[in-house]
Amino acid sequence: MSDPTSGQTPPGAADPAGPAGSRRATGPKHRADPKDTPGPAGPAAQAQIDPRLLVREQGFAGYVGEFKRRMHSGELGSLPVVVGLAVIWVIFQSLNSQFLSPQNLSNLSVDIVATGLISVGIVFVLLLGEIDLSAGAVSGACAAVLAVLHVNEGWSPWAAVAAAVAVATALGLVHGLFFAKIGVPSFVVTLAGMLAWTGLQLWVLGPNGTVNLPYDGLIAQLTSTYFNQVIAAYGLAALAVAGFLTVSMVGNARRRAAGIPFRTTGDVILRTAGLAIVAFGAAYVLNQYKGLPLALLIFLAVVVAADFVQRRTRYGRSVFAVGGNIEAARRAGVNVAAIRISVFMISGAMAAVGGIFAASRIASASQATGQSNVLMMAIAAAVIGGTSLFGGRGTAYSALLGMLVIQSIASGMALQGVSNSIQFMVTGAVLLAAVVIDSISRRSQKAAGRA
Amino acid sequence: MAAMPEGTAGTPVLALEGISKRFGAVQALSEVDLEVHAGEVVALVGDNGAGKSTLIKVIAGVGPADTGEIRWEGRPVTVTSPGAAQGLGIATVYQDLALCDNLDVVGNLFLGRELRHFGVLDEVAMEKRSRDLLHTLSIRIPSVRIPVASLSGGQRQTVAISRSLLGRPKIVLLDEPTAALGVEQTAQVLDLVERLRSQGLGVILISHNMVDVKAVADRVAVLRLGRNNGVFDARGTSQEEIISAITGASDNAVSRRRARSDSPKEATDE
Repeated sequence: MSDPTSGQTPPGAADPAGPAGSRRATGPKHRADPKDTPGPAGPAAQAQIDPRLLVREQGFAGYVGEFKRRMHSGELGSLPVVVGLAVIWVIFQSLNSQFLSPQNLSNLSVDIVATGLISVGIVFVLLLGEIDLSAGAVSGACAAVLAVLHVNEGWSPWAAVAAAVAVATALGLVHGLFFAKIGVPSFVVTLAGMLAWTGLQLWVLGPNGTVNLPYDGLIAQLTSTYFNQVIAAYGLAALAVAGFLTVSMVGNARRRAAGIPFRTTGDVILRTAGLAIVAFGAAYVLNQYKGLPLALLIFLAVVVAADFVQRRTRYGRSVFAVGGNIEAARRAGVNVAAIRISVFMISGAMAAVGGIFAASRIASASQATGQSNVLMMAIAAAVIGGTSLFGGRGTAYSALLGMLVIQSIASGMALQGVSNSIQFMVTGAVLLAAVVIDSISRRSQKAAGRA
Repeated sequence: MAAMPEGTAGTPVLALEGISKRFGAVQALSEVDLEVHAGEVVALVGDNGAGKSTLIKVIAGVGPADTGEIRWEGRPVTVTSPGAAQGLGIATVYQDLALCDNLDVVGNLFLGRELRHFGVLDEVAMEKRSRDLLHTLSIRIPSVRIPVASLSGGQRQTVAISRSLLGRPKIVLLDEPTAALGVEQTAQVLDLVERLRSQGLGVILISHNMVDVKAVADRVAVLRLGRNNGVFDARGTSQEEIISAITGASDNAVSRRRARSDSPKEATDE
């Protein structure tokens, strides 16, 4: 109603629908006659202001408002899992003062690595909206391949590791080809894989069923090495903080130069300080015991690298696109089959790396490696950490956060002497809670028009 | 208004001549001609099964024609793949938007042609170009960093259309861009179509909505049963005439009798 009139008022006149003026300026040729052109969208025009700019202009209150808005509209991110982890730690610490001891936390940080590495691969598959049920069996089979090649065949540990990862990548390729090229649902392909590769594991291990790894060999040292110099853990923390700060500052400078919204310096400092507290806190605790575990260092490096691939490369963007809308990705020129196959190869390779660390932790590869609940824990970790089962949403950090939750529960229960049966039930309940939170947040995101 | 004479003066950017295509026993297109000039909106209308989608697929390179010639700026070309069509400068916006809900506006605009900076996604450059592009087209969305899922239908359609413009095309094919949109959202999309025209692009607009067609099109090409059934000047032709060309209602006993009794009006060519 106001639009035809605003079309007639001169551009300089006080005009509540201000953007209508700039609109005329951009398209004067066919804007000359406002009669036959439908009016501009009043509400849409007001929403033109970038909400992030708005937040920054309002200072601290703006962040609080933005936080409330995000909570209300269901954009929870990692918040539930961080809160959950804090609650779990408080509960177990109050039950047993040994829980937050440096020794327990240090062991915890090594215990999460094997399954956590498998979970990193699972995150890639979940981003596609698919599932890989074979990860546990692949990790067990490749641990067996590694042990047999290294111990029985006398290969060097590096060659055996490379062979194990290559075998797993090939197994992932098989899953991927059946899924992407023939169109068998990933659930079925990897279920068949789970059975077949469990058989492969038993066959490779032979009649004994267990191959012990040399206790002081390179493979066992993967999980038994600690950098006990105080500088190692603090140095890593300092490196992480400095790296984060540099990336933020450089990115911000580029954004400012390009004239697009950027974070305020206060914002950057706040985030860096948050990271510094976590990083130096962890370094302090680890130094109280044996120092920085090599396994944890490798796990963190893998998680950061996976996150980089997912968020900062064309490949990762394509994975998200395929997980969001296959047809859109295909029309945009993404090679959907190649993405799918490669993701299953990544999942296989990560399963093998996880299996190698699992074997390293107990210095043997047996029929039990990668069996039982390893697969379910890996999937649960990814989901608890905030990666959606429905595809297209998630981050590599969910493998780390989710594993921390699961392993904290296991460790706390073990300290209390609670039996396995209860552990399983509690972990199941936590998994269900995570999926419920995911589903509810999706629903409120839909209600708020954000899903 | 003046668009039609000035447009038809030069060489058409895209000209189809004698396009025929057969699917088994069905002759989907026979001897179809179509011309699109720079700065011109040509509406392609026709009933269901008239061959609109088949013709679009021929132009977009998805389903090449059996016979017939396609000329691009006067020279004969073959369009045998979507890539070839895009290489020429033909951008296609399909009816079912083809946007990824989980990606933000920038991610969608640059999907498949991400800008990179030492192999890493250059988010800054992409965001800047997205903002510039949306600004030139006077498209208003709250932020280029929100997921596409949170946009309205009209905003999503404008994002889909602007995405096709990143490749700097000369011809834009819009397949039912206003289907399933509300009044205000339709208006936004039609505004955008006009802006494309004013920027010198040729637009082929497929629509079932005669009001939309009359609002933005310069010429209306009617397909009926896989054949040309007339090209009309959108300003000088009534909605009823176009609809009767679509349905074939003009070619029955009543209309022939009326044509004999009335003074001869503009004929629908064969």
